[in-house]
Amino acid sequence: MHMADALISPVVGATLWVAAGTTLTYCSRTLRQDRQERLVPLMGVLGAFVFAAQMINFSIPATGSSGHLGGGLLLAILLGPPAAFVVIASVLAVQALFLGDGGLLALGANICNLGLFPCFVGYLLIFRPLLGANLLCRTSRRISVVTVLAAIISLQLGAFSVVMITLLSGISSLPFSGFLLLMQPIHLAIGLAEGLATAAIVLFLQRARPDLFSSASRATSINPLLAAFGFAAACIAGVGAWFASTLPDGLEWSIAHAGGRVEPTNLAAAWPAVDAGTSLEGILGAAATLSLILGFGFLLRLRHKS
Amino acid sequence: MSRFDDTLHDLHALDSHAARPNALTRLDPRSKILATLFYIVAVVSFDRYAILALLPLAWYPVALAALGNVPPAALGRKLLLALPFALMIGIFNPLLDTAPMVDLFGISISAGWVSFASILLRFALTVSAALLLVATTGFDQVCVGLNRLGVPRALTTQLHLLHRYAEVLAGEAARMVTARELRAYARRRLNLNVYASLLGHLLLRALERAQRIHLAMLARGFDDEVRGSQELGWRRVDMAFLTICAASFILARSIDLPRALGHILLKALS
Repeated sequence: MHMADALISPVVGATLWVAAGTTLTYCSRTLRQDRQERLVPLMGVLGAFVFAAQMINFSIPATGSSGHLGGGLLLAILLGPPAAFVVIASVLAVQALFLGDGGLLALGANICNLGLFPCFVGYLLIFRPLLGANLLCRTSRRISVVTVLAAIISLQLGAFSVVMITLLSGISSLPFSGFLLLMQPIHLAIGLAEGLATAAIVLFLQRARPDLFSSASRATSINPLLAAFGFAAACIAGVGAWFASTLPDGLEWSIAHAGGRVEPTNLAAAWPAVDAGTSLEGILGAAATLSLILGFGFLLRLRHKS
Repeated sequence: MSRFDDTLHDLHALDSHAARPNALTRLDPRSKILATLFYIVAVVSFDRYAILALLPLAWYPVALAALGNVPPAALGRKLLLALPFALMIGIFNPLLDTAPMVDLFGISISAGWVSFASILLRFALTVSAALLLVATTGFDQVCVGLNRLGVPRALTTQLHLLHRYAEVLAGEAARMVTARELRAYARRRLNLNVYASLLGHLLLRALERAQRIHLAMLARGFDDEVRGSQELGWRRVDMAFLTICAASFILARSIDLPRALGHILLKALS
């Protein structure tokens, strides 16, 4: 799921941007060092493929709903984790800049959620170890099971990350346990759908273009990647330590349930607009500000047209 | 296939505003990128109950839309389309945070509604800023600007190529989906087997297209760098633009301007 700017605080957003940026720099350097320039047009076109594929829905068996491909795991299978991460980052950037889907501050967070987990956890730590480099000698059932497992785990981690980020930002009042209980089951279903779709496409490709999977030059050394991932995890944990010192959310949830105030009681001091006099002031000020801005915009447009 | 049509239109329309030269397109893309980033950080740095204090920051998208000749209706439509996610999470605030906060002429408004309104306002401001960045600069120039600001070349080249081929692939996908729908008779929904075949074939076409593109690029001397159409030059007007923007954002962040204005007006009227 794409997070929006409106729900993220600058500190959390910046931390995740640092994590995403570090990983992007690492991936770019890896691509340059491995002399993978021939991958460049392939990455561009596969990014466009994922962009287009996300618009096609398939119906999930045994339910009435439909899902679509996320693409992270499939890209990692086709391109390897570093290139796949760069492609996912670019697709998310285009979605943010053109479709308003997720904001620019939240882009770092979205790149981490939808890129780090499928590419470096789902593919590198689950898919690759369980299936090996050569997919051709694996049975369809084994490939399907491992793909679904990888997708489910990646999406569970992503969903958990969204909950943590929203919580640490403090803009939304959603309680931790409630939000978690909402997000995890939904993303279990979404992960299943993603895994099935990815597995189905991989099996199709295995029959149609076996040469895609027979290249043995996909060996990536894990240590630097784990270092980058560890750094990202350390950033997130560092921000998490601040949270650990506040009231536990189970308590807040119980308080809210019991009908008390969720927010601290010294709010009256911080918010002066309690009586009608200053409310009028606020409304007048708001109206005046908005009229000034709209008038300014109107004048600019007029001046431009003449 | 309205979903494809809408997206294809979106990809093209936003860029087309930047194709017509105006005061904003002449600015260096780096100044616009940096101004947009400062803006977004300024907007999200307010506390969760800020509404009034956020209002002055609306000048930035309004000015960009006016100077960049972007019709407000088009921008508004995009905002509406992108609204659901912020709405879905934000709507819990009024439900969970019921402590009364503001007394408006006798009606008590809970803190949850205040923070919900703040979320929606932030959403409108940040999404407009992002959309207007592309509308006033053009995506290709944004990529060049990002590269000059230090973004790795692999990513900017990828962004550039993705933008170029997204329309091509989306068009291809739209034709395939329409062809299947026309032959599907009663079955409107895709089951997994047909879906895998559809996407698999789309992927195969994409791979073959990528191969042809790569050979064509090599034949034309591609060396892993996509060059922009004009050389970037940082001029005084770019510095002025960035300084004015940054100063106004800092001012709006430090002082609650609408409240001050309202105070003055109230004094003047009474």
